[in-house]
Amino acid sequence: MANSTLSPAVRPEQPGSPAVRSKSQQRRRNRYVIAPLILVGVNVVLFLVFFVWPGALGLIYSFTDYRGVGKLNFIGLANFQKLFADSTFYAALTRTFLYTVLSVPLVYVSSLGIASLLVSKATRGRTAAKVIIFLPWLISPIVVGVIWKWMFGQDFGFVNFVITTLGGGPVPWSSNGNLALMVVIFASAWGGTAFNMLLFIAALKNIPEALLEAAELDGANAWQRFRHVILPGIAPTSFMVILLSTIHAMKEFAMIQALTNGGPGTENTLIVQYIYKTGFEQSKVGYASAASMVLMVVLLAIALIQLRFNKKKG
Amino acid sequence: MATATKLPPAAGARPSGKSGPGRAKRKNLSAPLTAVLWVIVAIYALPLLWFLLSSFKPGSELFSYPLSMIPREWTFQGFVDAWERVDFARYFINTATVSLVTTVLTVFFSACTGYALAKYNNKGTRLFFVCILATTMLPTEVILNPTFSVIRDLGLYNSLAGIIVPSVLTATGVFMFRQFFLTVPDDLLHSARIDGASELAIFFRIMLPLSKPILFTLAIFSFQWRWNDYIWPLIVLNDPKWYTLQVALRSIVGAENIDWPVLLGASVISILPLVLVFAVFQKYVLNADVSAGLKD
Repeated sequence: MANSTLSPAVRPEQPGSPAVRSKSQQRRRNRYVIAPLILVGVNVVLFLVFFVWPGALGLIYSFTDYRGVGKLNFIGLANFQKLFADSTFYAALTRTFLYTVLSVPLVYVSSLGIASLLVSKATRGRTAAKVIIFLPWLISPIVVGVIWKWMFGQDFGFVNFVITTLGGGPVPWSSNGNLALMVVIFASAWGGTAFNMLLFIAALKNIPEALLEAAELDGANAWQRFRHVILPGIAPTSFMVILLSTIHAMKEFAMIQALTNGGPGTENTLIVQYIYKTGFEQSKVGYASAASMVLMVVLLAIALIQLRFNKKKG
Repeated sequence: MATATKLPPAAGARPSGKSGPGRAKRKNLSAPLTAVLWVIVAIYALPLLWFLLSSFKPGSELFSYPLSMIPREWTFQGFVDAWERVDFARYFINTATVSLVTTVLTVFFSACTGYALAKYNNKGTRLFFVCILATTMLPTEVILNPTFSVIRDLGLYNSLAGIIVPSVLTATGVFMFRQFFLTVPDDLLHSARIDGASELAIFFRIMLPLSKPILFTLAIFSFQWRWNDYIWPLIVLNDPKWYTLQVALRSIVGAENIDWPVLLGASVISILPLVLVFAVFQKYVLNADVSAGLKD
């Protein structure tokens, strides 16, 4: 809490006797240390109790065979050794990666595309369109799952009804693993577009009109304008949207619980659901914590890679 | 960015778009672009519309082919059943309590913390800023079991407080307020100090009222996060009498034989309050200058 970092405007003081100075120093200390301490106090406590404590506990658990009750029994790296040989863990992890790789670009393209249409002066009814497309933001992941389950029900869904009416055979949306994953991806794009669209609208509006017109005068066509003026202009927002969507996709849980519950079978069990199942339903707390640590490292790696990539480009 | 700055600064080369080739081209494009936009709108609206209209169908009509978009017979039975038979009224009250209390606390403490991080620059606040940043990298989903242990050891298991207290701290809320208070000139602070106002009085009397727009925006976001939250209630609550809507919905949809009429009615009921909030405070959401990390 060095005084040197305090705001400079309060530093100049009359050179007084040492006693006076120490008293005023005391008061200054009170003002600039105690006040912020009071202001951040509650959140510091919450941070320590609900982030540092469970984080540390998770790390400790991952080296034990803890099952929710009793004493902690350290077993070294056994959990991790077992985990890296566990095919269901790999299946969950690769399925999660696949889901992320497919859903993030879809969310990115749809939210940027819609935002561009909503910013363009050529389109009509922009306000109404914006409100309608924004509605899915209000809907919880669980209900998003319910809505899409209702749409894509194998025997009763609207989509299969339309397909059979048009003369096709019913599509196995829930008994085929890849098709089920596809429905999950659609649902996540549907639910995730709204918010990212808002971010892109704000970013697109910040691109100076003069820049676009200058490019147009220089003979740049629409694609060139997009590629060389708009895309660089919204790069920071793009970076944020991709990072947030990636992390969001990696920890997808609630929507899938409602939509497919990881099915058919366990084919589409993603990593968080795997952790939940092992940790709570089978109460292998130690083992689940080891899996959590792996997930955390993956998330950190993703963030660091994207940060690096972003810096290089900037 | 680099590419953008290479272009000649041609501001004012032409009065913006009043005439010239751009205008004509725009007109030509207007019809197809509008069509594309509204096709997309229809695609986004269809699942919601189908779901909404289905909830007014009687159970017998839900699965009878051929399906029809508009219910042949309108009924509220699904809503009534959900409300009475599944004890939805109780879940509704639980969820409302959690959302309202958490939102008030989140907004208040985020404002305090955001202000301290923006206006008191010392080692402590800088360190805490990094700590908050770190929380975005450590989502609850990654520490489910240890979080459960902590909740249990604190005696918060199976109580609404167990959902409320841990959700008060959100990085997004703190960042929103910090960002806002960074834009408030320091001179305001200095002159208030010279006038002899105490630090906390400056915050409560001057700064907090100034931040009203952020206050509203965060309140709406926070209310939505808490209303739709699933994972905290899932790990904290065990007794069905404390269930929130999301957990209750999940138990209906997770059943062996899904009671679709009740599920549809219950889901629509669970959406209504947010639609209402959105309808009233729309501008705080849609016009919010959403920036840094506004997602939880």
